[in-house]
Amino acid sequence: MIDEKFDAIVVGAGLAGNAAALTMAKRGVKVLQLERGEYSGSKNVQSAILSADLLEELIPDFRDDAPLERNLVEQRFWMMNDRSHIGLGYRFDAKRPTRYTVIRAHFDKWFSSKVKQAGAAVLCQTTATELARNRRGCVIGVRTDRQDGIIHADVVVLADGANGLLGARAGFRKAPKPDQVALAVKETHILPRKVVEDRLNLKGDGGVVIEAGGVIARGMTGIGFIYANKECISLGVACLLSELQKTGEIPYQLLDSFKRHPSIARLIDGSDVRDYSAHLIPKRGDKPAPRLRRSGWVAVGDAASLDGIVDFDSPSIAMISGRVAAEAVSGLKLRGDLTRAGGLSLYNKMLQMTLRESKKYEDMPGLLHADPQSFSLTYPQLVLKAMKNFTRGTPEADKSILRILPSPWSRTGGEPFRVPRVLR
Amino acid sequence: MHNVVCIKQVPDSAQIRVHPVTNTIMRQGVPTIINPYDLFALEAALELRDKFGGEITVVTMGPPSAEDSLRKALTFGAERAVLLTDRCFAGADTLATTYALATAIRKIGKDYGQPDLIFTGKQTIDGDTAQVGPGIAKRLQVMQLTYVVKIGALDLTARTIEAERRSEGGVQVLRTRLPCLITMLEATNQIRRGAMADALRAARAPIVKWSAQDAGVEDISKCGLKGSPTVVKRVFAPSARADKATLVEPSEEPAQALIDTIFKHQPKLEADLAALAGNV
Repeated sequence: MIDEKFDAIVVGAGLAGNAAALTMAKRGVKVLQLERGEYSGSKNVQSAILSADLLEELIPDFRDDAPLERNLVEQRFWMMNDRSHIGLGYRFDAKRPTRYTVIRAHFDKWFSSKVKQAGAAVLCQTTATELARNRRGCVIGVRTDRQDGIIHADVVVLADGANGLLGARAGFRKAPKPDQVALAVKETHILPRKVVEDRLNLKGDGGVVIEAGGVIARGMTGIGFIYANKECISLGVACLLSELQKTGEIPYQLLDSFKRHPSIARLIDGSDVRDYSAHLIPKRGDKPAPRLRRSGWVAVGDAASLDGIVDFDSPSIAMISGRVAAEAVSGLKLRGDLTRAGGLSLYNKMLQMTLRESKKYEDMPGLLHADPQSFSLTYPQLVLKAMKNFTRGTPEADKSILRILPSPWSRTGGEPFRVPRVLR
Repeated sequence: MHNVVCIKQVPDSAQIRVHPVTNTIMRQGVPTIINPYDLFALEAALELRDKFGGEITVVTMGPPSAEDSLRKALTFGAERAVLLTDRCFAGADTLATTYALATAIRKIGKDYGQPDLIFTGKQTIDGDTAQVGPGIAKRLQVMQLTYVVKIGALDLTARTIEAERRSEGGVQVLRTRLPCLITMLEATNQIRRGAMADALRAARAPIVKWSAQDAGVEDISKCGLKGSPTVVKRVFAPSARADKATLVEPSEEPAQALIDTIFKHQPKLEADLAALAGNV
């Protein structure tokens, strides 16, 4: 039995958990953070794009030592045929970088070091197995897979991700169906920095993300993605799980054919493959309003399933909701209201307000491959979606560009060459 | 009793790579772990502490980031951690390493009580020398038991210890006097899962950090690169073997099919065996 009691226990050390733990610790809240993996980021295989503004709010001087790969200056969208592609590009040379690509395994580890510096107790290789409740059903702490039973806290912050154990056990969310998740498989290809820059037409620390829709392999639709990092290119393919089941295609074979596509092969020629990994991307939208808090706990990031109600990318939701939850908890603690029934509803209010104000962060297109719905679209639908995506940040351009595209596009998938004619 | 366990933070060799162009080891982004052999030493020390009481001091020499490994050792239940970190220790071979560690262990003895046992793993996975344990024992002028598989009777009054030691062709059961240095062989125990109380303590406990001067090093020229006669001349990745595995199709006579396939690829072997058979 541990006698010590914490103000808050944060379960999970991804972006949301770290944002929450850091913000609370900086404000003098007594924080314990539990992470299942060996260290923060150890279980993460993703490349991600992070908003500079959101990072700055959490760690004002992050540019000094954060392991940033490149600042994103360009997004491209390719439509692939068997041996060719046509592409759309959106380039944005902002005065100062607005988004960075990062390798999450490295970034999260660094983020976690800031959390420790701020004074939070961070326990890795420790899995929170269950929310502990009192007789009235209030959450009073967590049980873990280590000896000594329950650790007590006034608030538990659930930041254990889309597949989090605690959220599921608390009846907070259901397991997704195969048509609600995409399986992404990816590889990291090591190349000399100069080669990466030459092949992708980059200068200095500028970065690019390419998304490739259309025929990924043997007529199957899916979306490929390519991230330029400093000294490596991450690339992968994502397909709806239900389509993989239906066609019996094997994910790594899809990735293999994607790599053999002439447009891709030249990018990774002569590289050294560092790793192969897979992860699930949950579907956005169509979700009931999430339960963000109950007595004694709040949920942040993917664990909160907020993507159903706001049109943000998941890293941004993670950083915003983590920080806001932390601000709510810190504020309640200061007022002595942390354990008052209903006190945590402050988080809901603050989050809604912040998300409304945060529209300013939408200055760049979102990623199609973060949305499983994009994977089963026809070419015309894909182009339309990509165009909408690219023009989202520029309201005046929005409508005029979209007007060029005839509205009732015929569903003639498999013919990428129709598209240029239409665009002309 | 007071036991000192020496550990080393090493790159996880399962994930280390050699740069294809420059042929140097790519350490960036490679996760670090406690040298796996050291965990057998730590567990052996923990078991003795559970039985006889007392405390365990874990010590390592390394960069400031080696603190992570020490914290992990505290998670398993060690009482205290000492990090020996100083720029002058950099580039040390086993001779310079044993000098620094032996000096630090003397200081640990002075500050926290003389150790009864000093533990190390059999060897490290990044150096593979197995010299540091014996080197420390020699410098401290204590007995040493290497390649220990099991610790037997320990008599703290008579100051003796018995241990089983793996040797070529068998197991030696040895008895010697304390203090003594033990290098533990792998697979002799399994590191425990630390309790929550230990994990919490580990996350927040202060790590004792000593520079060369703090540790009582008198002769800096015996430390680090200066004190190391060993020179790494070249590092290279061995080229992949071109040999391929051959799949033998299932048949009525699997043994015959197997032998035929072997002889097909090794004609000389067939001739040699035939000659041998002829001679008999």
